[in-house]
Amino acid sequence: MLTATDLACVRGDRRLFSGLGFALAPGAWIYLTGENGSGKTSLLRILVGLSPAEAGEIRWGGVPIARLGDEYRRAVTYLGHHNALKEELTARENLCTGAALAGVKLDAARADALLAEVGLAGREELPARFLSQGQKRRVSLARLLWSESPLWILDEPFVALDAAAVAWLASTLAAHLAGGGMAILTSHQEVLIPGSTMQTLRLAA
Amino acid sequence: MMNAFGVLSAVVRRDLLVALRRKSEVLTSLFFFVIVASLFPLGIGSEMDLLRKIAPGVLWVAALLAAMLSLNRLFANDYADGTLEQMALSPVPLGLLVTGKILAHWFVAGLPLVLIAPMLGLQYDLSPRALMVLVISLLLGTPLLSLIGAIGAALTLGVRGGGVLVSLLTLPLYIPALIFGAGAVEADISGLGAAGHLSLLAALLTLAVFFAPWATTAALKIALE
Repeated sequence: MLTATDLACVRGDRRLFSGLGFALAPGAWIYLTGENGSGKTSLLRILVGLSPAEAGEIRWGGVPIARLGDEYRRAVTYLGHHNALKEELTARENLCTGAALAGVKLDAARADALLAEVGLAGREELPARFLSQGQKRRVSLARLLWSESPLWILDEPFVALDAAAVAWLASTLAAHLAGGGMAILTSHQEVLIPGSTMQTLRLAA
Repeated sequence: MMNAFGVLSAVVRRDLLVALRRKSEVLTSLFFFVIVASLFPLGIGSEMDLLRKIAPGVLWVAALLAAMLSLNRLFANDYADGTLEQMALSPVPLGLLVTGKILAHWFVAGLPLVLIAPMLGLQYDLSPRALMVLVISLLLGTPLLSLIGAIGAALTLGVRGGGVLVSLLTLPLYIPALIFGAGAVEADISGLGAAGHLSLLAALLTLAVFFAPWATTAALKIALE
């Protein structure tokens, strides 16, 4: 259960939002919308604990996230604008090292199986710089498959994905939510996740 | 979950693998060291006494500048591609991941300098004993350079023109390493014994091993905000 109360964010001398609050229960997800520059990414970065909020409080299971530390970081998987891939490493190496940095052991066989699931079978040995934008995004999204975090915070996860990958991500999200997971995501396109409880949070510019 | 050592070795392996596939960057600092250290004997000529006298200082200054060359890349690439963000959000303590990155930096930018130094020392007519002291002083000193440099690299992360800034920031901090490192070789040549200088260098290294990752982590968190 994630609750935010009275959040405010200031960038430069511009107040992006203030008095923002919500509660996210297991099995539900928040669709965060707003124009360019309305503070969607800033809000997500505050929610994962990368940047401090100007005012307000975020609680996970009733405890402020600053006090939870690595317990909260274990509960959250965040995918930002950047794919967090090393251009020099292959798709498989990227997936394995990405997991290792989070303290999760992922062997090559399991990594290959996950890459096949995101539609990259046969591309395991290809350095990431030879992958297309959409394929990089798929490698990046494969992290959701080994993640055991109940809360997924995804910044524009659908960008650069083709129709098949969009459908795959929607069904992956649906399965995650059906299993009691939570998600917060931003998107400029309509997102349909079958059989889920959606809250829309609109940031005004 | 992996244990701390497993994560540490995974970070080191990852950075070494990236460095291995970007060979030009690795070889730059090594060639820089070789060329700078070879220019002095060429410029000064074959006055053996003078060369022997300036050898410790010149070799150490060259090592210092070479180790600094690769500093601004230590975190900049990870910052640009978003992996640093993922490290900061990992349940694994960021300090551990940072320690792994510093260790990998030393393997790539420090250790090769230590290994090639005796060859360069020959150009300055150093005795085998003095060459050995040079290697030991660099073996203790180059990790110190990576550790202190990491603080500078983290502080200048995301700053425009950070490359120049990182030199201005870290070079003054390198002075103790330079004094005791070059001093050890000088003391040995003049027959005073290098033990004192080397112990001080080792003490500085111990201090840096404890404090540098912590300071670097704090600076990185600020840079990521």
